[in-house]
Parts: sequence; structure tokens; C-alpha cells
Amino acid sequence: MRSRKTNIFYGIDWLLVLCYFLLIFVGWLNIYSATITNEDISIINFSTEYGKQLVWICLSIPIILLILLFEAKFYEKYASLIYLVSLLFLVGLFVVGKNINGATSWYDFGVFSLQPSEFVKAAVALAIAKLVSEKQFNLNKITNQAQALLILFIPATLITLQPDPGSALVYSAFVFVLYREGLPFYYITIGFIAAFLFVATLYFGFLYTLLGSFLLFLVILLYFVLYRKKALKKGWMKISGIFLISALFIFSVNFVFNNVFEQRHRDRFNILLGKTTDVKSIGYNTNQSVITIASGGMTGRGFLEGERTQGNFVPENQTDYIFTIVGEEWGFIGSVVVILLFVIFLLRILQVAERQKSKFSRVYGYSIAAIFFTHFTINIGMVIGILPTIGIPLPFFSYGGSALWGFTVLLFLFIRLDANRSYEW
Amino acid sequence: MKRSGLLAFLIILIAIIFISRLFYLQILNNSYTIPTLNSSAVKVTYDYPERGYIYDRNGVLLVANQLSYDIMIIPREVKPLDTLDFCKLLKITKEDFIKKFERAKRYSTRIPSTFLPQLSKSDYAYLQEKMHKFKGFYIIKRSLREYPLNSAPNVLGYISEVNERMIKNNPNYQLGELIGTAGVEVTYEETLRGTKGVKYIQRDRFNKEIGPYKNGIYDTLPVPGNDITLTLDSKLQQYGEALMINKRGGIVAIEPSSGEILALVSTPTFDPNLLVGRERSKQFSKLFLDTISNPLLDRGLQGEYPPGSPFKVITALAALQENVITTTSTIKCFGGYRYGSGKGAFMECHCGTHGSPVELNKAIYRSCNSYFSNAYRKTIEKYPTAREGMDVWSNHVKSFGLGNYLNNDLSVGKKGLVPDANFYNKWYPNSRWTATYSISNAIGQGEVLTTPIQLANMTAAVANRGFYFTPHIVKQIKDKKLDEKYTTPKYTSIDEKYFEPVIEGLFNVFENPRGTASWSKVKGIEICGKTGTAENPHGQDHSIFIAFAPKDNPKIAISVFVENGYWGSRWAGPIASLMIEKYLKGETIRPWKEQEMFNGSLQEEYNKQLKETTEIEE
Repeated sequence: MRSRKTNIFYGIDWLLVLCYFLLIFVGWLNIYSATITNEDISIINFSTEYGKQLVWICLSIPIILLILLFEAKFYEKYASLIYLVSLLFLVGLFVVGKNINGATSWYDFGVFSLQPSEFVKAAVALAIAKLVSEKQFNLNKITNQAQALLILFIPATLITLQPDPGSALVYSAFVFVLYREGLPFYYITIGFIAAFLFVATLYFGFLYTLLGSFLLFLVILLYFVLYRKKALKKGWMKISGIFLISALFIFSVNFVFNNVFEQRHRDRFNILLGKTTDVKSIGYNTNQSVITIASGGMTGRGFLEGERTQGNFVPENQTDYIFTIVGEEWGFIGSVVVILLFVIFLLRILQVAERQKSKFSRVYGYSIAAIFFTHFTINIGMVIGILPTIGIPLPFFSYGGSALWGFTVLLFLFIRLDANRSYEW
Repeated sequence: MKRSGLLAFLIILIAIIFISRLFYLQILNNSYTIPTLNSSAVKVTYDYPERGYIYDRNGVLLVANQLSYDIMIIPREVKPLDTLDFCKLLKITKEDFIKKFERAKRYSTRIPSTFLPQLSKSDYAYLQEKMHKFKGFYIIKRSLREYPLNSAPNVLGYISEVNERMIKNNPNYQLGELIGTAGVEVTYEETLRGTKGVKYIQRDRFNKEIGPYKNGIYDTLPVPGNDITLTLDSKLQQYGEALMINKRGGIVAIEPSSGEILALVSTPTFDPNLLVGRERSKQFSKLFLDTISNPLLDRGLQGEYPPGSPFKVITALAALQENVITTTSTIKCFGGYRYGSGKGAFMECHCGTHGSPVELNKAIYRSCNSYFSNAYRKTIEKYPTAREGMDVWSNHVKSFGLGNYLNNDLSVGKKGLVPDANFYNKWYPNSRWTATYSISNAIGQGEVLTTPIQLANMTAAVANRGFYFTPHIVKQIKDKKLDEKYTTPKYTSIDEKYFEPVIEGLFNVFENPRGTASWSKVKGIEICGKTGTAENPHGQDHSIFIAFAPKDNPKIAISVFVENGYWGSRWAGPIASLMIEKYLKGETIRPWKEQEMFNGSLQEEYNKQLKETTEIEE
């Protein structure tokens, strides 16, 4: 305790801090490459995006210090309050929000804008950690499951209504956290089956998927009739029920896809599934980003030498598509280094989370690992053309102050919690 | 599996999937790893240097460049404009404007097309200032060839757009670029062309140019082509073309002391300016498809004909070298030469000596067939077998540059034919052939074939008394030394001492009152020459003449070939003597002869032939 009182850095995990600064540094180099123009060569130029990003990076230092200044206990104690306040900020958007790129996700402060949804992630993680670490909490109980779901559902719905469904999707990451803390496995099974049926319905059409699942149902039924006659008596209801629910789901997917989704969403899926090929308008981004990454080859074109990057062939290559620059200018080697850096970073968070004595800290650590993981997977998966176009930033890489600060808060709250791991509190 | 392991497992799984995908994209699938300077992000533009000029030996400009300014249009980039102002600038009516605009739009809205071709220089200077007001229009500068003299298209050649085969062979060229395809334009393509400049421009995803690629470190400046001075004397060339009007054939004149080609005439000819500009392809196919008079064939270089009597010079020299005749040994001619016992083994002779002794000198100026048949036969029969004799003779002939390519800087040529022992072995596989089998070779008739330039070169070798320089067309390229092969003399296999008596005979062709070209004699110039009449089984005989002058220290050697020109002294002789006179004196003292040649026409003869051929075909 004495150390903690004199030194706010006492006990923090320097490996995570190192990863953080490495990712930010490499990310900034790529933003610089994406937004450099021929006219000015000065690095400190605040009219350019790389200049602004440098300001955000510098301003994240006081934020880090502020987070480290508070006691770990403070965050646990006020987790609910923080959560509620953050919900208020989300609701406030519908009153005074600013619309950028079709989504009312911003508060406009004149000189700069803030996107509250980037900070809400930390609040939700705190709230979930608080809820799950309560003494009587048991994820096998349906009421407790509902509580957890509600905490996630409210902000996800508010964000979807902005509309920014990509950011809302991140909250599905918490299923890993809840599973880790005892959520029955069949939730994950159901999730995967649902995802499988969803893709299959889009790919083969709902009629074939329905027929396919019906055949599967008959085969399973036959198996039980022939070999497991005893189990059949108890189980046929269950099996039929599962089949009926699946059939219903297939129908609803078909309905939702055709009637609820907007055309742009449908296009994104169709392109990815290879059902339509369009490299000019709607498929342009994905096509260009794949070509750009491929043209990097083994060693890449070199820093500031990627002509597709310098020619701005990939739109938004300083934000969502920043990984294309890594691909083109640093090649396969550079891309793998970045991916491994993320893997080390994520695994370290998990490792640190597992060593926590406090359940609150562990759940919180797990939550941010899941959040970072989701961002990492969806963003890079989209850029290299194996996931549909969902616009969410690559942590620490993509240009943008809100995202950077949001991720910084997310990480350093955990570093703060971890610094107190050896004390009872 | 422990619950805590799931997320870690997924992290590693996703990383493996990502790395595999990147491995596939960036390493296995190399269809996108295009070379840096060839990708769609970098635009390459070229700056074309001016093509070199071509001058004649006296500095007269033969080929120059003319600039042509075309107004180009990209219809979809055209913004509303002040049409009245624009039309006034271009000096067109509004109806014209609408018509041209519609035409361009029909062609393509994105690809540039020519709106108004070939503006004058003064219009261009004025327009250039105003063009920025009219979006979607721009001016491009094209360089076209220009021929100030309507002369020598066969020598100068022409340039045309490269085709895909040329691009494959030489990746320096791109579609739409120009390349020499005939004449000097092709043999000196690299000299004339210069080096094009390259500019790399970075583009963004809208294809908008956003500045030089890497600040222009790869860019180069164009290097202009070099000018070329030809060996041609344009006055002599034009004179030769005028003399050959309405006659088919070729004239080749060479300076014996250097091998420089002074004139290279092939008729019928055409105006080289026809192959320039918008009418080019129309005119070209017209020339190309004219298979009757065949204007694109260079008869001076590509016409293979039996040389006829001029070849007797070589027969005599070979016989002298082999010591089978002397300058004083004689034969008697009774209107022909009997070379066998058969009824048809008799070669007629028109020398008209009626049995009086004929020695070398007289044999040459009277062109006695019997004498040379005798000399040829003796040359070959000197050796134990006809085969050996044939090869000896053949090598003597070949040493005059006959029977093979001259290997010079002209874009076309023919080998001609000088037979040797192998040739007759193939021809007569089952019999022991002898000298008499090929007796017509003696008088340039049999199997021997030559081109006019080979004959001219042979004449030059005689004029030089035993050596020649490879005939060539380029005299000088700025700062560059002429290829050594044009400056080293090539010696014939005949000793110098044997030339003088033969040259005396050639001199008498003009000087002796009974010489075959005595009435082409020119006062004040000592011309040596030899008439020739090549028998033509397809129609009227060809008229041939070789000559050089002056007799001592010769300045010009010439061969003239006139298709279906009856006999040597009828057309070829006078033309040769007029050419020599023109070159040495500048003008003729026999204007009546000149007029006769200018106005003389063989068209009737050619038409007759054409009629005959059509009749046969019918």
C-alpha cells in the first residue's frame, strides 16, 4: 500500500503497456502513410489527419494518468453509476447528436467530435463485471442470465438505432465472457448453429436449407429408431422441437434478410458469398482492399512506397481499411508481425485476467479481451475479404480520437485493476 | 476443455486463418504483385523526341518533320461552353460543331477522339491561350514526315504505326507509336528515332492524376534523333527519275572511289508525300495493290534479271586471269558459234565481223558472242574436269560481288545467281556435264542473274581496276564514324594488269565508230561502257547498259535497266550517258537526246504485254 501511495505506476503490467505503445506507434505510421500529401512534409501539422492523430495520442497520456490515479475499488463501487451515465450519453445523442456518414453517433464540440459508443464499451464491461462478481450470481439461473442480457441489450439497441449496427455487434463478444463465468455451453452451440443456418439459408436459399435440415432430422430419427429405441421415447419430443425451431429460424432469416435488412446489407452478404460479383460500386472497397493487400507480396513496397495506398485506391484507408496499408507497404512479413503483436496482446490480457484474485477484475479483463478480439477479427476479416463489410475500427490503428481514447480507457482500467491484484479490497 | 481456454483457442485459430489467407493473397496468388511501374496506380506518359532529318550529299533537305495540331475531344468531360466563341476560334459553323460533336459521342464518350485534325501553326498559337476555357477539349501535337522533294521514295522509305508483332519483338515500342518500315527509315531507325522521354504520374482511385510518381525520380527527358546525310545526289536522282518516266526499270549510280550510291532510281515511282497524313492508308493500299506496275518494288535493288552482254566483261577478265586468252589472240566469227555437233548447238552472233580476225578489243566493242563463248569454254576446259573449271570461274565472278547479298545499309535486296559446280551437279544429276552445257553464261544469258545494283557495283570494280567498296546509302551520321565495312576495299580475284585492255574495249564501245554505243558518245567525257540486251522469253527483250566515266580516275559507275526496252543502246545507253553527263558537267549538250528520253514511253509495250497475259489467262 505504501508503494501505491507514492507511485501510481506501482504494480502495473509493463508488457501490456509496451504492447499498447507499439500498436499505437505502428498504427500512427500507417495513418501517416495514408494521409500524407505532397504539399507539406512537416510531421507536426494539425490540419492533416496524421497530425491530429498525434494530438489524440499525446492527449491520451493525461487520460491514462487520470485512470491510474483512482483506486481500483472506485471503479468497482461506481460501476453501475458509470454504466447509467454512459447510457444517458447514448440517449442524449438522439437529442443533440451530430450525423456523420449517416449515423447520429457524435457529439459535436466545434473543434472536435466525440463518439460516446466508444466509451460505453468500458462502462458495459464494468457493469457486467460488477454483476457477474456478485456473490449470489449464478449464470445457470435464467433470471441471472436475463439480467446480464439486459445490461448488454440496452446499449446495443441504442447504438443500433443510431444506426451503427457494426458497433452494436461488438456486444455479442460478451457471450465468451459469460461462458467463461458459467453460462451453459448450449448457448454457444445454439449461436453457432444459428450462424451456420443463417449463412446456409443465404447461400443455398431457404427451400434447400429447409429440405436439408429435414433430411438430417429424418436421419437422426432413423438412428434413434434403429439403435436407441429406449432413448427415443424420451427424446423424440426434443428432436422434433429442435427441428421445428430450426425451420422457424430458417424462415425468419429469409424474412429478415429480404424484408428487414436494407439493400446495402444484402449486397455485402451477397458479395461475400460470391452470389454477386461487383467490383465497381458496392463491391469496390473489398475488391480494392484485397488487391492492395495482395500487391504487397512477401516484403511489401516499403514505407510510403505503396502506390495503391498513395493513390488512395482504397477509400477510408486511414480508418477501417488501415490494414491494407500494412499489407501493401509492409507485405506478408509486416502483416504477420502485426497479427502476432495483436495475438500476444490478447493472450497477455487473458493471462493477466486469469491471475486476478478478484472476480470483478477477472471478468473485466475477460470482457476487454473479448472486445479487442471482436474488433480485431471483424476488421481484419473484412479487409482481407473473408467477412462481410462491417465498419468497425482496428484497435489502436484506425484514425480517430474517440476510438483511440475508448480503447485506451478500456485497457488502462484493466491495468489499474490488475495493479491491485495482490491486495484485498 | 476448460472454459477459460475457449477464447485463447479462438484467438489463435483466427490468427492462423488470417495468416493463411494473407499467405494465399500475398505469396501464392501472385496475379496482383504487378511490377511497380506498371500498375493501374501509376500512369506512364511518353514525351516523343523529334525524328532526325535526312539530307542528300550536298546538304539538300530530303526528309523533314511537319508539326500537325489536332483538337481532341473527350465528350463526357465537355462542360457547357460558349459555342459561338469556340466556333469562331476554330473557324467552323455551329452546324459543323454539332455534327462533329455527335460523331465523337457516337464513337465513345470516354475515349479521346479527333475533333478537328491538322490545324495550322498560326491557329494553334492563338488557340492554345484559350483552350483552358473549353473543358473536354485539348490539343495534341503530332509529328509527321514531310518530303520537300518529290523524289526517291524507294530510298527514303516511310514510317508507320508499329504493329503487334513488332511490339512483341521489341518491347520499347507501344501501340500507336511510329517506326520506320521501309528504306533508310528502317535501316537507320534507331539513329533517326532518338530516345523517348518517360514520365510516371501517380493516380488516385478516380484515375485523377495527383502528381509525379515519387517526385519524378524515374522520369527521363527525350533525346532527339540524329540527322542523317545520304550519299544520294538529289539532282542526279531527280534527273534519273525524269529520264525513266513512263518506263519501268532501275538506275543505280555509284561513286567507284567510295562505294557511295549517287542515285538509286526505280520506276514507276510515286510521291513520298502520299504516304503522310490522313490519306495514308488509302494511298498505300492503292500502291500496294498495283501488281501490274508494282511501284513499291525497288527495281534497282530487287529486280533480278539476266545481265546480258555487260557480263562479257567478267567472262573476258576471268579468261585473261586464267591465261586462256591474251589481248592479242583472235578468233574468227561467221555469224555465230557452234559448240556441239547437234543441229541446234549454234549460238547466233550479230557482231558483223564476217570472218575477219576478232581480238579482245574488237570483241568487246562489237559484242561478239562467239569470242566470249570461246573464252568461257577455254576457261572451264583448262581444268581436268568441268567441275573444277566451273568452280574457278564461279569464284572469279563472285569476287565482283555478284551472286550474293551486298550486305549493306539498304533495307531490301536480292542475291541474284552465279552458278557453280554444285548447281550443275543438281541440274544434271545423271550426266557428265561439260562447259558447253552452260555456254550461255559466257554472254550473261544462261543461269546468271544479277540486280542493277550488283551490276553497278561490278562496273565500279572494273572502273577501280580490281576492287570495290560495298555500295552504301549513308554518308554521315553526326559524330559517328561510318561502319568499317564501307571504308575497306574488297579486292576481286583478277590481277590489276588485266583490267586495262578490257577498259580499252569498253572505251571503244563509245569511241570506235563501229562501237555499239557510238551514237551515245558525249563530247569531252571519256565514257567506258557496255550495252546489253537481255533475252526475255515472256516478251520484248530488256535494255541494259553499264558505264563508268571518266576513263581515268572514274567519278561515276552506273547501270541502267529498262524493262522491255528492246536493246541496250535504244534506251539504257542514252539514259546512262545522259546521267553521266549530268553528274560530271551539270547539264547536257544534247538537249534533243534528253527530250527524247523524257518523252519516250514504253507504256504501249507494257499494255500489249498485259493484253497478251490476259488473253492467255482467258
